[in-house]
Amino acid sequence: MDAWKTTKEEERILEVENLVVEYTSDKEVIHAVNGVSFSLNKGETLGLVGETGAGKTTIAKSIIRILPDPPAKITAGKIVFDGQNLLELPEASMRKVRGRKISMIFQDPMTALNPIFSVGNQIAEAIRNHEKVKRKEAARKAMEMLELVGIPAERYDEYPHQFSGGMKQRVIIAMALACNPELLLADEPTTALDVTIQAQVLELMGDLKNRFGTSMILITHDLGVVAEVCDKVAVVYAGEIVEMGSREDIFDFGAHPYTLGLFQSLPSLTGEEKRLKPIGGMLPNPADLPIGCNFSPRCPYATEQCRKEKTGLTEVREGHYIRCFRAQKEGDK
Amino acid sequence: MEAKKTAVKTKKDSMLLITLRRLAKNKMAMAGLAFILVMVAVALLSPWIAPYSYDAQDLEHVFSMPSKEHWFGTDNLGRDIFSRIMYGGRYSLRIGFISAGVAALGGITLGSIAGYYGGRADTIIMRVLDVFQSVPSLLMSIAIAASLGPGFTNCIIALSVSTMPAYARMTRASFLNVREMEYVEAARSINASDFRIIWKHVLPNAISPMLVQATMGVASGILGAAALSFLGLGVQPPEPEWGAMLSAGRNYIRDYWHVVLFPGITIMLTILSLNMLGDGLRDALDPRLKN
Amino acid sequence: MTPILEVENLKKYFYTSRGVLHAVDNVSFRMEKGTTLGVVGESGCGKSTLGRTILHLLDSTEGKILFKGEDVTHVDRKKLGKLREKMQIIFQDPFSSLNPRMSVSETIMEPLILSKRFSRNEMEKLTGQLMETVGLAERLYHSYPHELDGGRRQRIGIARALALDPEFVVCDEPVSALDVSIQAQILNLMQDLQEERKLSYIFITHDLSVVRYISDEICVMYLGQLVEKSPAKELFLRPLHPYTKALLSAIPIPDIHQKRKRILLKGEVTSPINPKPGCRFASRCMYATEQCRQEQHLQEIENNHFVACNRVTEIN
Repeated sequence: MDAWKTTKEEERILEVENLVVEYTSDKEVIHAVNGVSFSLNKGETLGLVGETGAGKTTIAKSIIRILPDPPAKITAGKIVFDGQNLLELPEASMRKVRGRKISMIFQDPMTALNPIFSVGNQIAEAIRNHEKVKRKEAARKAMEMLELVGIPAERYDEYPHQFSGGMKQRVIIAMALACNPELLLADEPTTALDVTIQAQVLELMGDLKNRFGTSMILITHDLGVVAEVCDKVAVVYAGEIVEMGSREDIFDFGAHPYTLGLFQSLPSLTGEEKRLKPIGGMLPNPADLPIGCNFSPRCPYATEQCRKEKTGLTEVREGHYIRCFRAQKEGDK
Repeated sequence: MEAKKTAVKTKKDSMLLITLRRLAKNKMAMAGLAFILVMVAVALLSPWIAPYSYDAQDLEHVFSMPSKEHWFGTDNLGRDIFSRIMYGGRYSLRIGFISAGVAALGGITLGSIAGYYGGRADTIIMRVLDVFQSVPSLLMSIAIAASLGPGFTNCIIALSVSTMPAYARMTRASFLNVREMEYVEAARSINASDFRIIWKHVLPNAISPMLVQATMGVASGILGAAALSFLGLGVQPPEPEWGAMLSAGRNYIRDYWHVVLFPGITIMLTILSLNMLGDGLRDALDPRLKN
Repeated sequence: MTPILEVENLKKYFYTSRGVLHAVDNVSFRMEKGTTLGVVGESGCGKSTLGRTILHLLDSTEGKILFKGEDVTHVDRKKLGKLREKMQIIFQDPFSSLNPRMSVSETIMEPLILSKRFSRNEMEKLTGQLMETVGLAERLYHSYPHELDGGRRQRIGIARALALDPEFVVCDEPVSALDVSIQAQILNLMQDLQEERKLSYIFITHDLSVVRYISDEICVMYLGQLVEKSPAKELFLRPLHPYTKALLSAIPIPDIHQKRKRILLKGEVTSPINPKPGCRFASRCMYATEQCRQEQHLQEIENNHFVACNRVTEIN
């Protein structure tokens, strides 16, 4: 699977190859991620889109290796970052990557900050964890970071409870960016925020990305957010990428029945449609996946072949990959 | 509709059943439960199965070491320690269970009122309990037992009153959490009465820590009774309460260790079993844990 | 026809240690039977409090609530019981709105039990029918909420609300916690039920695309006050209040060709505790002037399109 072969090798910052993650409980094995491959170039933003339980967060946590083990286990695959396979790094070296070269922003700004330290302190601490700087120097830099995300430096000594949700999320972004990471993993960074605040935060993230050239993986279920900030999109379903390509590929030429279903489930802001077309059924049980295509039980176009065989990602146009017999055949025409 | 009827009848898994089934899978808890059941059975049947009566003295064989005739030996009056432990369960276990039960019942009731209604009821109940709790519970039970006089019933009263505030406090905290859940509001929106909301919606979701605490409370009741007896404020000789046996034997411990060893081990094993059962119960009561 | 619901100058204040929190401040509107009134606004704007005050889950501080023309602002317990059979609520969180220790059937049956109108047999039959109505399989009769996914749990909540055949339902963010594909299923279900049973909905949400889809009319709330009310489509075509404009422009649209000018608001929603008189949006509004310090009133600018902004004609 050589996704996006067209891009030059030296720009490549991350390459995930055939990643498989399983959660083991007493009785069953949950197949959370089943052979996911993608790559990311410097300065690019990749959107991982999908529903709850699709495995998006597990993919991100595998990249910075913070999955709880047990029960989670990465059973196969490679994650190559800056030429190193992260999965082979000893924990001590991984600790130098985590937070310094790759940072992660979590969904809930309410619980991601420690309530008993001032926000400035927490940012300074993050800096001191990764750079050998004096306390004063770290504090100065933390203030800079606060200003950068639009919070006055005077609020350095205030505590998380004195901040609103949007402000907290900005503090978290400041913390994640404090060490100037090369890759930012953002897991639903604006889901808990109100729309007007979300607009501010998205604006800020886009702005910072342009300024520092940070690459980003944005995990979201909101196709609107994807349309706004992502260069590439991967649609994840039941632990597999079912479709990926450039933003245009997905939004204009999306062809996987699941991708189409997602779009049709959304009420439009302009159209006159009378009734939504939901995708029937539910996500399959990840401990008991279908024999054939994972989407086949919910797919309106599923055939005998779909129910019996799995298919791989096929390139239907340059850089546009689909995991679907039907779409592949249509692509041939 | 017929099909519906059968569906209704065939599968009725009440929450209690599910909890018990889960508890049954926990080996430690089951071992604890088994030991306690054995102890209870032995205590109940002691008049018939004990080899000697608890007060049968044999002054020719005082302080005899464990032997075939006296498995655990005899005490300073030549009474069979094994029989006395069997009889003693009647007192110790009863004190443990009743005092924990009364304390839990009273504490949960007070805590429910304080936690659900809040406001003035809360303030009054909690301040009174504060006063009670400001005195260490052992000291409190000693004070109560001393003022009421020693004896079985007074011992239970002393132990119940001194541990009740802890239950009330836990219940209140638990209620404050559950009270905010949307299903409580949902119950109000369909016009359920306060009593029904407390009984059907809040209490079942708030009670598990108190049940666990009560299991452990039986253990501390037994210990508390032993402590009171040790001080001469509990069950009075010749009644063979385990703590009283320990206390009576303490003067001879240098020469005749068996006089205190066997009651001591009995108390220890019983408490261990109760705690294991309590731990298992805590796990089994969480509805979110899958079977 | 008498409107199903009229609300006049409704106020709900909370007295906190930091001052008086104006959760709902002087809100008035009316809605017709069988329609859906959407209430949108950001967190803390008082939209949930409004719904709960109408249902008497919270006591109103001031103002009037009329249900089918009858003043129900102050009712005794017995009357409230009758009223609650007609006015129901569907909650946001399909996880915390169901008692984890009650099975699906017990939850749905509870309102039937409380009404004391049915025999055991009738109740079991009705419960089965309700489950069928909302699309819950019969085999789930004895299941517990934790065994079910969010969509199914939300269907239980809907069945519970519909048990006594209400005429009016407050839907408090009923689909916000659900994935889009499930969200669409539930929205369709709610629309079908509305048609079949001539239900009137107040649909509270922060999701603007959902509210446009499901509502006939929309109220926009900001810090406890109604700032704009208009027919749904009209609001999206011609928002008049500066806050509505900013709100609508902030929605990320899943379409990469539509380029919009985004109005970025400065600052964040201020505290609704002891608010100063005058327009509450003024501190973030780019059109704010001296005259915005005066009290603002809802005025009908166009047919059925109400706006609370003194400068509305100047800025549009």
